[in-house]
Amino acid sequence: MNISRRHFLGVAGGMISSAAAGNCKKVFAARQPKAPPNPYGCVVDLTACVGCRTCEQACNRVNHLPPPKERLDDRTVLDQKRRPSTGAFTVINSYYSGRLDEQNQLVPTYVKVQCMHCQDPACASACITGALSKKDNGAVHYDKSKCVGCRYCLVACPFQIPAYEYFDPLTPRVRKCTFCYERISMGGKPGCAAACPMEAITFGNRQILLEGTRRKITANPVRYLNKIYGESEVGGTSWMYISKDPFEKLGFLSLPHYPMPHLTETIQHSIFAYMWAPITLFAILTGAMWKINPEQINHAPGFQAQEDHI
Amino acid sequence: MSSHAHPKPAPLEIRFWTPGVLVLFAVMLIGVCFIIARYIGGLAVVTNLDNQHPWGLWIGIDVATGVALAAGGFTTAAIAHVFGRHQYEAVTRPALLTATLGYTFVAIGLAIDVGRSWAMPKPLLFWQGNSVLFEVAMCVVVYLHVLYIEFIPIAVERFRGRVNLPGPFSILNDRVERLLALADSILGKTMWVFIIAGVVLSCMHQSGLGSLMLIAPTKLHPLWYTPILPLLFLTSAIAAGYPMVVFETTVATASFKRVDEMEVLAPLTGVTKYLLGIYITLKIGDMIFRETYVYLFDGSIESRSFIVEMLAMIVPWFMLMSPRLRAKRHTLFVACTTVVLGIALNRCNVFLIGFNPPYAVKSYFPSISEIAITACLLCSITFFYRLAVTYLPVLSAPSLASIEKESS
Repeated sequence: MNISRRHFLGVAGGMISSAAAGNCKKVFAARQPKAPPNPYGCVVDLTACVGCRTCEQACNRVNHLPPPKERLDDRTVLDQKRRPSTGAFTVINSYYSGRLDEQNQLVPTYVKVQCMHCQDPACASACITGALSKKDNGAVHYDKSKCVGCRYCLVACPFQIPAYEYFDPLTPRVRKCTFCYERISMGGKPGCAAACPMEAITFGNRQILLEGTRRKITANPVRYLNKIYGESEVGGTSWMYISKDPFEKLGFLSLPHYPMPHLTETIQHSIFAYMWAPITLFAILTGAMWKINPEQINHAPGFQAQEDHI
Repeated sequence: MSSHAHPKPAPLEIRFWTPGVLVLFAVMLIGVCFIIARYIGGLAVVTNLDNQHPWGLWIGIDVATGVALAAGGFTTAAIAHVFGRHQYEAVTRPALLTATLGYTFVAIGLAIDVGRSWAMPKPLLFWQGNSVLFEVAMCVVVYLHVLYIEFIPIAVERFRGRVNLPGPFSILNDRVERLLALADSILGKTMWVFIIAGVVLSCMHQSGLGSLMLIAPTKLHPLWYTPILPLLFLTSAIAAGYPMVVFETTVATASFKRVDEMEVLAPLTGVTKYLLGIYITLKIGDMIFRETYVYLFDGSIESRSFIVEMLAMIVPWFMLMSPRLRAKRHTLFVACTTVVLGIALNRCNVFLIGFNPPYAVKSYFPSISEIAITACLLCSITFFYRLAVTYLPVLSAPSLASIEKESS
């Protein structure tokens, strides 16, 4: 009998410690990247874009956005380095990388800007209520019924895309490209991709798109740099770009290749898994109070205590 | 409860409206006008916020600095109630009052800042455990309730046995008395839970505030962006706790013409030199480890702001190391005020000055109306502090007049 008791304790202890170790591993493991398994994506071929702004017109139309200040076919705005706003979810800017054509003229490169629909988005991780979320079809979706208006998504977004309706006193919304969520859910293309007369925007399954784009780059090494912007930036984005000119000359940011929520979520989930840290601190402080200042637990300050004092 | 000779806290029973209070009240009214403007025209008419700078003065001062400087509440509760240093009980009530008012106005400031103020309770319904802001919000909500619960005994002490409601409400006198007695008996047995919970919740959200900016590594200047930012926020808040108590107690005792409490304040800051030392060591160690000292003298506004912030910690640290300087009321006040300002600058550096989004075309500077609303909130805290100490037993320092009478 006594071996069995001892044996039992040993086995039980081993089980508990291995369970604890397993949990610890789960608690302290660095965050795993999250991404939908089979999202849609878009590849923008910057060598094909002619800056006609047809995509901006299509975006304005399908999203029922207010009529813009400048006409949507006015090409002078291309030099303004605009950012997406509450009234325009996508904008085209022109850049001069220094490349010259046969007549020694600077060749412009037109860059379409919109939400990149990150695979593992910072905005969705930051959002206090989950109003922003990454959908299985690849869209980073905004649900205004959950939004509080804290604007932490604007702080978090590495591409500085979300725009806020600061002029609305009570019901402002976060506004950004929706990836035409309803259209792509029903098998359609995003408004801009469908409208592009140059077919510069290719829409499709992200994985298949990536493979096709790599083949395209290999087949045309003079036309394209060997780089797909968005393939791995911030853990990958649903919108990606290929170009002849270096991306840093076209207003693209050099960004880390890990998902933005990596550090915050690792810290948060390490501290708050099973609430172990707060519970431990509570226990330590209770022990300290019990040991050092037991009368606090037996008689708290207050009216009675004050009366005793008198 | 304790045997020290310090007098019991008592209402001050002073004239409430003085010229100074009228000035406070005027600033509050001006701020209220701007708050009304915010709810008519939206954030755009009162703030300089834009899509690149979504957080401004209200987050930097009203929220981040407000939370950091309310740390006096939990740090004094810890030393007096958990670690049983009863000599510091004289400052626990004013520190608790400051924390309660501080957090109340953090909540009010946030309500003005968020776009959909009416949607503030939504995080209670839609939990998002990945969000640092969610954790901070939950802790602040719970802690605010804990603070008010910790405050109940003060109200019970003041009103129990003398509830006398005006006019027709007097029929409720008995019931209110019974309610107070019930609260007293329940809280007498359970207060220790709330005191410890207050300390735990504070540690959680003070560090959580530091994690907020870790999601934007490409926007926050490397002088401040460090994985140990939550630890720096926690240690700096703890270090700022007692200096803030010294600051507010000295201002209060001077303005209410009370004894300066130096026999409590001087020893209280004895531990601050260690707490500040931990923070400064972490901060400098982090700078050396990440080799960010290369930015230190590049002459940018960020580098200068960082140097000022560090000096505002290091200079008072040396001052507090000298028992002679700590024993003098003026030098102690200067040292502690410098720490308080240094913490405020640190929070503004992290949330405003060090925040540089790459695509921003202009930098952010707060508008007049943003400053007016922040001033309104700060004056409101002062106003309600005065109101509370006038009518509730919070301060225990005897008045200078009574001391003179005794000695003559």
